[in-house]
Amino acid sequence: MALPVYASPLERVWYYAFRVICALVFLFLIAPILIVIPLSFNVEPYFSFTHKMLALDPSGYSLRWYDTLLTFGVNAPDNAPRDGTWWKQVWEQAAWVKAAKNSVWIGFWATILATVLGTTAALGLSRPEMPYRRLITAILLSPMIVPIIIIATGLFFAYSSACLPQGNILATALSPFLSAKGCLANTHLGIIMAHATLGIPFVIITVTATLSGFDQSLIRASASLGANPRTTFFKIIMPLILPGVISGGLFAFVTSFDEVVAVLFIAGPDQQTIPRQMWNGIREAISPAILAIATILVIISICLLSTIELLRRRSERLRGVSPQ
Amino acid sequence: MADVPMAPLQTADGRPLKAALARAQVRAKRRAFLLVLPLLAFVVLTFVIPILTMLERSFDNDGFSANAPATVAWFATHPEGAEIDETAYAALVSDLAAMQKAKTAGAAGTRINYTYPGTISIFKAAARDADKLVPPYKEALVAMDPKWGDPLLWVTMRHAASRLTTDFYMVAMDAKRTPDDGLTRVAPEQRIYVYLFLKTFALSAVITVLALLLSFPIAHLLAILPMRKSNLLMILVLLPFWTSLLVRTSSWIAILQEQGIINDLLAWAHIIPQDDRLPMIYNQTGTIIVMTHILLPFMVLPLYSVMRVIPPSYARAARSLGATSWTTFRRIYLPQTLPGIAAGSLLVFILAVGYYITPALVGGADGQLISNLISFHMNKANWSMAAALAAILLVLVLILYWLYDRLIGIDRLKLG
Repeated sequence: MALPVYASPLERVWYYAFRVICALVFLFLIAPILIVIPLSFNVEPYFSFTHKMLALDPSGYSLRWYDTLLTFGVNAPDNAPRDGTWWKQVWEQAAWVKAAKNSVWIGFWATILATVLGTTAALGLSRPEMPYRRLITAILLSPMIVPIIIIATGLFFAYSSACLPQGNILATALSPFLSAKGCLANTHLGIIMAHATLGIPFVIITVTATLSGFDQSLIRASASLGANPRTTFFKIIMPLILPGVISGGLFAFVTSFDEVVAVLFIAGPDQQTIPRQMWNGIREAISPAILAIATILVIISICLLSTIELLRRRSERLRGVSPQ
Repeated sequence: MADVPMAPLQTADGRPLKAALARAQVRAKRRAFLLVLPLLAFVVLTFVIPILTMLERSFDNDGFSANAPATVAWFATHPEGAEIDETAYAALVSDLAAMQKAKTAGAAGTRINYTYPGTISIFKAAARDADKLVPPYKEALVAMDPKWGDPLLWVTMRHAASRLTTDFYMVAMDAKRTPDDGLTRVAPEQRIYVYLFLKTFALSAVITVLALLLSFPIAHLLAILPMRKSNLLMILVLLPFWTSLLVRTSSWIAILQEQGIINDLLAWAHIIPQDDRLPMIYNQTGTIIVMTHILLPFMVLPLYSVMRVIPPSYARAARSLGATSWTTFRRIYLPQTLPGIAAGSLLVFILAVGYYITPALVGGADGQLISNLISFHMNKANWSMAAALAAILLVLVLILYWLYDRLIGIDRLKLG
């Protein structure tokens, strides 16, 4: 919006002042995220820019904190040759690598669970005949609103108290997924279920939003042309809502990938995730290694955000909602 | 006109149309519900049941009742107000002796300790020597510790004698029992829980107001810029939203700490002395700054979606009728943004009230919120106390959630 010709001097001042204020708020929003990137290359174990860094002296920068990510927790001498055995050790022992593997594994299954269940439910919820729609929606979206500490506390009690007794047929069948005592506490399955619950509201919101512009007569058209419900779903509904499903899934993945409180309460030493490891790092010995992992995570979130943005545009194009 | 007897409308196969329609409706309802059912079952299993378990824990503690059967039996046969006679002390001593064998004196003492501080040690000490005590037991116990003769201790034990209790809510409300079984508030310097609830609400309000003040200009700018430009700027809002919470928190530590960027900058510019730096993190200030940053996108997005659809012609009309730009903003623009302000503020407030991670990492001693106290009690294995505090927080959040749903509609929440 350009400055109108009739603007008074005061309004002219305000016009520019307003833009300066906005620039400052945007700086407030984005600076903390971008600042970690240069800081993670600091050669010193400080959280601030050194003189050498400010002078752009190459000796002020290093990759040592990225190296720490690989070596921390590895049972090998510092000067070990970096050959195949060393990399194998890193893959198996390094704390951050283990955490990353856990994060991806838990996030993947939580996303699948949340997306499948959430999409099906969103299809039901957006039908006009759905009974008690408002109440059920409120229940299904509440994991997003209820403080995570309450959910984690509840899960802690539920997981540690409800255990399948030894010798039970169900317990035997599920034994690979349960802890030695037959409980969900300290298991991957327990965390996956918790994270799926946290991700479900996002899937419902994005898929319902995609369905809100969905033309129901397409379903009737497809049926009248002889498609059975299955074919209609996979050939008509699915391609149209897919952008919403994928962005909902990405939201669910990010939720799981970033979640630490439930992990703190219900996970054991075998389920340490990246955020859990960062939590340790921030609370105990804070080192720029945290900033190195932070930089990697920022780059991942930039990639995810770009994907979401592309999907949103595609979805708008498909549904014929043109951006004004 | 003659009455023509009308046959009810029928479907092709001869059923009444009304009944057929009703059946179809029921079937459609059932189909829609069946689609939602798997998720509903899952959420009940992983969310509703755990929270109900937690609520049950807040009322249920058998630390004393399970370990002191004889004393519990004595309370059952002697009504409230009965004199605590030698039989009561004898029952207690026999329980203490049993506790020593089963090593449960600590558990029983801990249960009493919640509502009568300082009892863990006297339970343990008395259990240790219970075998050697000789009648009269009352004198023997009181000789060990005068607290055993305190009527308040016996009132407390009577209440702990049943496993179902509201004691933990009483403690969470900063109340305690009086020797004649009434309720009174604890000493002012011990009123931590109500104070912390109030502080949580006050800090959340401050954060909400700050977020609103910061979001309003940028949401407005995003709304009036052409779509292409505003989409680009929107990325600056969405990137923080998509970035890990712990990343944002740790980068704020880098910025705000005593050897951090802002302090370095201020010291370099000689605004503050080199050795007397501003404490901006690990305190309340840190909690406020970092939480405002983290919750800002939740304010910008609802504001933006409301501002986007406000027609600029109203403001132009007001100007053409002679209103100053301030009047136009106050009387025309601001009222139209109210739904966005309400949605954003309520959402930010709800999220802030239950926040845990950020205060725990950057809050230091005075920047802790109620969630941190819940976690503290969980770490100390004070399950019932943590559950009671969580239950109170849950009720408060659910009231706000209900309000949000009534005013804005939870299904109208949008993400990006």
